[in-house]
Amino acid sequence: MAFVAEPIANLIGEFSKLPGIGPKSAQRLVYYLLRNSDEEAKALAEAILNLKEKIGLCSICFNITDCDPCLICQDKQRDHSKICVVEEPSDILPLERTGKYQGVYHVLHGTINPSQGIAPEQLKINELLSRLQDGSVNEVILATNPNLEGETTALYLRRILAPQGVHISRLARGLPFGGELEYADDVTLAQALESRQEF
Amino acid sequence: MTSPRTYQTQAIVIKQTKLGEADKIVTLYTLEFGKLKAVAKGACRPGSKLGGNVEPPNYSLLMLAKGRNLDIITQSQTMDGFSSLKGDLWCISCGFYILELIDVSTTEGSPNEPLFDLLLDTLKNLSPSNGDETVLRYFELQLLHHLGYRPQLHKCVVCSSSLKPGLNFFSPGQGGVLCPGCNHAEFASRAISIDALKVLRLWQDCNYSTASRVRMSSNLSSELRQLMQEYITYLLQREVKSMAWLEQLRRGITVDSDCGVN
Repeated sequence: MAFVAEPIANLIGEFSKLPGIGPKSAQRLVYYLLRNSDEEAKALAEAILNLKEKIGLCSICFNITDCDPCLICQDKQRDHSKICVVEEPSDILPLERTGKYQGVYHVLHGTINPSQGIAPEQLKINELLSRLQDGSVNEVILATNPNLEGETTALYLRRILAPQGVHISRLARGLPFGGELEYADDVTLAQALESRQEF
Repeated sequence: MTSPRTYQTQAIVIKQTKLGEADKIVTLYTLEFGKLKAVAKGACRPGSKLGGNVEPPNYSLLMLAKGRNLDIITQSQTMDGFSSLKGDLWCISCGFYILELIDVSTTEGSPNEPLFDLLLDTLKNLSPSNGDETVLRYFELQLLHHLGYRPQLHKCVVCSSSLKPGLNFFSPGQGGVLCPGCNHAEFASRAISIDALKVLRLWQDCNYSTASRVRMSSNLSSELRQLMQEYITYLLQREVKSMAWLEQLRRGITVDSDCGVN
């Protein structure tokens, strides 16, 4: 892009690296920023810098946080004897939105995926085991996604957590609210039948 | 006359990758078209009517619409969800290995009906009670047969003489067994015992129910595993990543009385 000033070309290049942003969208964003006030551009730049400088991982649950331990781990009102194991930090938000869970979390930062070469050593599984050492944890809730990788991870966790003597539970699987029985797949329907409850 | 915009096929889901916010690119092995990539729109949403049907390793009946680049899955019905496989760590890991092997050894647009049948039968045969690895070795051997890489196990690949009972050599580069007289360092061969040769010869030409009746010592099982892995790695010119995970499980494996190998 020799016909475009270098700072513009650089920023277009950087924006294009973002997910879902192509060169055209990047160009539109850059010209939008150019038209805007200096303050707004500085605020954006600072927000991006702060993101990398101030955000880190909680040393207990490995959730993304700006303070260590994170707010959930610090909260004395929560039940620290229950740990909900999730794949990614983004999985915590929907669980928190339910308002039904008062325990703490543990983020694995991925799932076991043999075909991608992702083994348990690359996840925060050893860290989960060390959280169970002091005996204060009664229940581990496995909230990995109900897909092949999530199931593999849950089965592996069950295998290594069982000797620790904690109660291990798995999120229930079944029909989603608003779904239709006609379109449900056999596996989901079978699991919904198996885990049916007294009504 | 223009070809119809939609078509129906039986497919086994090999893998899936996320596309955008809620879509998935699904790699399928189909009966009529071989390996095929298609888009499952909205499959990540909990209420999606496609979601559960396009999870590996489901065997599904799919309706697809021709797209500009990738075809789009419009309807789906699961024929077999292999639920027993999904509840057992060893079986689920074997499933990963089988699906990865199919993915890396086939190309799109080459239909192979016997291979589809082999894949389907193998997934059905993977049940928790099947703790041994016969199902994997049988699959590997038959896969090589259907892809045109059937190893020569009846005569020496160099001099074509009949193999004598005793120690012979297997050369991945030559695609078969060498007699002791023809074995040279440049063939990078490994020794193959007479028992291993007999088992492989039987498995090449029998069905799975016969193959599964063979009882093997752990030494023979390990010899066959190493031999097949070397041959497959040589043919693919790369490691099958799931092999490492199976090896890791094998090392830590415990036989559980409730569900076979767990």
